[in-house]
Amino acid sequence: MGRALGVLIWLITLASVLLFTNGSWWFPPSISEHGPAYDRQFLITIIVVGLAFTAAQIGLGYAVWRYSARRTGERAVYSHGNNKLEALWTVITAIIFIGLGIAGQRVWAQLHFRPAPAGSAQVQVVAQQFQWNFHYPGADGKFGRTDPAKINDSSLNFIGLDEADAASTDDSVVGSLVTQVNRPVELTLRARDVTHSFWVPELRFKQDAVPGLDIKVHFTPQQVGRYEIACAELCGQLHYKMRSFLLVLPEPEYRELTAMSQAQFQKRVTELFTKYPLARR
Amino acid sequence: MAVTVTNTSATTGTRTDKGTPGIAERWRGGGSGSRPSGGGGGSNGRSWRDDDARREALMRDRYRIGMWVALASIVMMFTALTSAYIVRAGISTDWRPIAAPPFIWVSTALIVASSLVIEAARRAARRGAADGLRALLFVALLLGLGFVGSQIQAWRQLVEQGIYVATNPHSSFFYVLTGLHGLHVLGGILGLNYLLFRLTRANGDRAAAVAKYQTLTDTVALYWHFMDGLWIYLFLLLFLWR
Amino acid sequence: MAEAAIHDDGRDVVETHHAAVAHGHHGPPTSFIRKYIFSIDHKVIGIQYLLLALFSVFIGMIMSVLMRMNLTWPGTKWPILATLFPEGAPGGVMTPEFYLSLVTMHGTMMVFYVLTTAPQGGFGNYFLPIQIGAEDMAFPNLNMLSFWVTFVALAVLVAAIFVSGSTVIGPTGGWTGYPTLSAIGDKLNVPGMGMGMNLWIISIAIFCIASLLGALNFIVTLLNLRARGMTLMRMPLTCWAWFTTAVLALLAFPVLLAAGVLLLLDRTAGTSFFVPGGLSNGETVLPHNGGSPILWQHLFWFFGHPEVYIAILPGMGATSHILSTFARKPVFGYRAMVFAMFAIGLLGFFVWGHHMFISGMSPYTGMAFSILTLSIGVPSAIKTFNWLGTLWGSQIRFTTPMLFAIGFVSLFVAGGITGLVLGQSTLDLSMHDTYFVLGHFHLVMGVAAIFGMFAGTYFWFPKMFGRMMNETLGKIHFWPTFIGVYAIFIPMHIMGIVGMPRRYAAFTEYEFLRSLDPLVMFVTIAAIVTALVQFLFLYNFFWSMFKGEKASANPWEATTLEWVVPSPPPHDNFAGNVPTVYRGAYEFSVPGAPEDYVLQTTPDATSENVTPAAHGGVEVSGNGGNGHKH
Repeated sequence: MGRALGVLIWLITLASVLLFTNGSWWFPPSISEHGPAYDRQFLITIIVVGLAFTAAQIGLGYAVWRYSARRTGERAVYSHGNNKLEALWTVITAIIFIGLGIAGQRVWAQLHFRPAPAGSAQVQVVAQQFQWNFHYPGADGKFGRTDPAKINDSSLNFIGLDEADAASTDDSVVGSLVTQVNRPVELTLRARDVTHSFWVPELRFKQDAVPGLDIKVHFTPQQVGRYEIACAELCGQLHYKMRSFLLVLPEPEYRELTAMSQAQFQKRVTELFTKYPLARR
Repeated sequence: MAVTVTNTSATTGTRTDKGTPGIAERWRGGGSGSRPSGGGGGSNGRSWRDDDARREALMRDRYRIGMWVALASIVMMFTALTSAYIVRAGISTDWRPIAAPPFIWVSTALIVASSLVIEAARRAARRGAADGLRALLFVALLLGLGFVGSQIQAWRQLVEQGIYVATNPHSSFFYVLTGLHGLHVLGGILGLNYLLFRLTRANGDRAAAVAKYQTLTDTVALYWHFMDGLWIYLFLLLFLWR
Repeated sequence: MAEAAIHDDGRDVVETHHAAVAHGHHGPPTSFIRKYIFSIDHKVIGIQYLLLALFSVFIGMIMSVLMRMNLTWPGTKWPILATLFPEGAPGGVMTPEFYLSLVTMHGTMMVFYVLTTAPQGGFGNYFLPIQIGAEDMAFPNLNMLSFWVTFVALAVLVAAIFVSGSTVIGPTGGWTGYPTLSAIGDKLNVPGMGMGMNLWIISIAIFCIASLLGALNFIVTLLNLRARGMTLMRMPLTCWAWFTTAVLALLAFPVLLAAGVLLLLDRTAGTSFFVPGGLSNGETVLPHNGGSPILWQHLFWFFGHPEVYIAILPGMGATSHILSTFARKPVFGYRAMVFAMFAIGLLGFFVWGHHMFISGMSPYTGMAFSILTLSIGVPSAIKTFNWLGTLWGSQIRFTTPMLFAIGFVSLFVAGGITGLVLGQSTLDLSMHDTYFVLGHFHLVMGVAAIFGMFAGTYFWFPKMFGRMMNETLGKIHFWPTFIGVYAIFIPMHIMGIVGMPRRYAAFTEYEFLRSLDPLVMFVTIAAIVTALVQFLFLYNFFWSMFKGEKASANPWEATTLEWVVPSPPPHDNFAGNVPTVYRGAYEFSVPGAPEDYVLQTTPDATSENVTPAAHGGVEVSGNGGNGHKH
């Protein structure tokens, strides 16, 4: 029985490690500036995790293999422990674990402690059940005023844009996020009903959009193409369908697009969808 | 009292049958106290009789200890509400503190008085003064009921001013905190009732009853003082921190 | 007063003393109702808790299988679903809201009514008093009350199924009940968020009260009612675990209770604790103002993280206990185990923010929580090392409880170690709310804790029911379960890395999830097989209760006090003869001892305590003290 269990534990360990290392499933390629640093930190951590997991399971498997009671009357080693060993493994794990934690703060700091670089594009994101609204300031670079009282879904004013405000005349509110390659973009995340979470796996970050808060987050996309945006915080029955797209465009296309009026903007985005299909996986 | 112990002579006898007496001596020596990080000490050197006396005292004392434990959880609940209060006050633009309804002062006077009376009752119990104890407990009970009544009056005063639970965040917290505190005071009133009931029913030897319910009296008094202190804390929180 | 020693009909209790007898606070009940329904006997209450959890765990498990089926074969018509839930699954195809109500009820059932009740209320209630040599809990009536309050809480939750509307079987906001969805969901026409949500909150609030009463009882019992000689450091590790868990429950549940009261007021009284202003349902502005959804998250997770340890600590205690017993070896590093448990409990109160890295909390706070979170891995690792240390150089007897205890160690490592990933605020940016999290917490607080319960059930069943569980069936139960849970939850980590979000009613909408279809199928098949195997356990449990082989007082040759009393123990546990304790809990393979285990009650020959002269009126009687042959 002991041998069988020991072997089974090893086999499970081997299968688990193979599942992680065989390369069939892994992150989608990263497209943001902080992505490679994220991937590096993840790789370091998962290697430490994998080694610790493997070592512990091999040890456990060995113990159950080696120490099954066979001959009757034989006794186990009579020991209540070893203080030196306790101290040793406490210190070693503390160094590794806390060291990992500190090393992992780099990307966090880059994303959250530094303000968005000057010249970042600005987009206001208003999440609602069950769609994303992206609000662009237009040529004047100023966002029109919004007012919850003016929200009216039947007249397609999802974010309550106040048309009386002069700054709002050239604004566009569309269902897709359009960015320019290699140019930082700052999102201001809002939610008009419940908590949602903005997430693009390729960007390697997600951020909740919380009712009542304006949460700013910035990133720099580095790869032209189209990517899926998902909602990552339970927001109601159609949570699983709250999909949108991130379009990363070369500079000319981006300029052309953002200068358009809302109706043209919308139409052009749909055309660009055909030009930039989703990556096949 | 009769204490019965295993037949030690029989087991002692077996020791010599086993291999080395030295090892045998060791295992009988009571486990692992001397070993590093071992599974607990051997004999603690204290005689069993001290141990028994201490344990009997603990057994009698379990209501009081239990009350301390219960108070810890009540503290946690009001700590959570306090942190919610501070956070909510800090983030909001709609925080408009309400004025303290005048009946609050009556409540405060009543609960402080009841706390003093309970303390007097507790001391009477220590002296074994059975009649004094019951009279004082009865007064404390009346004062407690008066406190609850006065709190309800305070609520009514607010309602007359048109201040309801949803009027603004400060009034929400006022109703929640006073309501939860009031529920706990009602629990204390039940406890007082129970104690009085017990003392009254023991109409035979009253002094013995006082001694018998000494721990219970202490426990009820502890809870009552805590409710008094909690009220003063809430009062300061609601009307100084705003 | 006990005049003479009562013994020695094959039992191991041969000692009594004055103080113990004074504890006898209630005689055995005579009527059926007092004996089995409104019993104040901690043993009956323990079994009541276990049965309540057994009911809940099978309901919760069936829900999880339904969810997997919906995820794997979207759009497939299941006639049985169409019959059972004509509106939740019209034509046999589950609606997304029905799926989400399954998610919510599965989580609530499992976390509250299984993981919190069985290990603590069930096994703890039954065995804590016996293991410390007490005749009952400190407050038996309160104990009865806490069970029946738990029962009422469960009844209210079940009631929520019926008032939530015909298309769902409960609220759809998840077991974390995040506002504003949970607070204004009904105003946004989210199904299940009306009266069902109110009842859900009330159920949780009642459950909090029950847990507080239970925790209070555990703490006082352990502090005040230990038998003669039962010093703290001689207690079995199970007792330490139940004690630590009780302290956590005592301090964590009041916070959830407070949060629940505030959320209920937001829903019913129009207050704005958690709901900010300016929210819209698409036509009108909702009448709230100024509240903070994040405030709920702080209060909830201040409870929620200790709750994880409330679920797992008793399993750790049982595992230490059972590993030592069947390894025939003292627990390695007993003191380190106790301190590690306390360190976990203490740190557990300072890491709640790691559930909120992406919630919009201050990034500096996030950094502090991240470092604190990784440091809680240290005491967890210490425990693992000590379990391995216990096995090293041992003489393992592979009984079913031992298999599950070893399985616990393996699963605890597998599930716990990925906390190193999730605890880093940086890595959580991508991992948050994906299947990586699902795999992590299901392995560590779900399956590992359940393995602790299985180990405890197989181990203590003979004591509780006087009959052994069938070993062959037990082993047939173990192997596929052990393989199955790995097959279910390890692939979930991979899904999370690819980016599969949790709480999705279907994966049909996203291109980037396509590649995971084979894994999704694999996990579902593993889940169905593993779930089916659990009915073997159910069968074994009830069959053995009536038909199992009769158990002796100490079938496993263990050392602690529950094994010195008959199986099942008499009404007041020790029939008036509360034992005296002479040594630590895990004296196995002591050199020179006649057997490879030394009971805690075996007297200590070199100590003054058994010298008859040390006691006035000591009466020596009987022989064959330990029931051993000498």
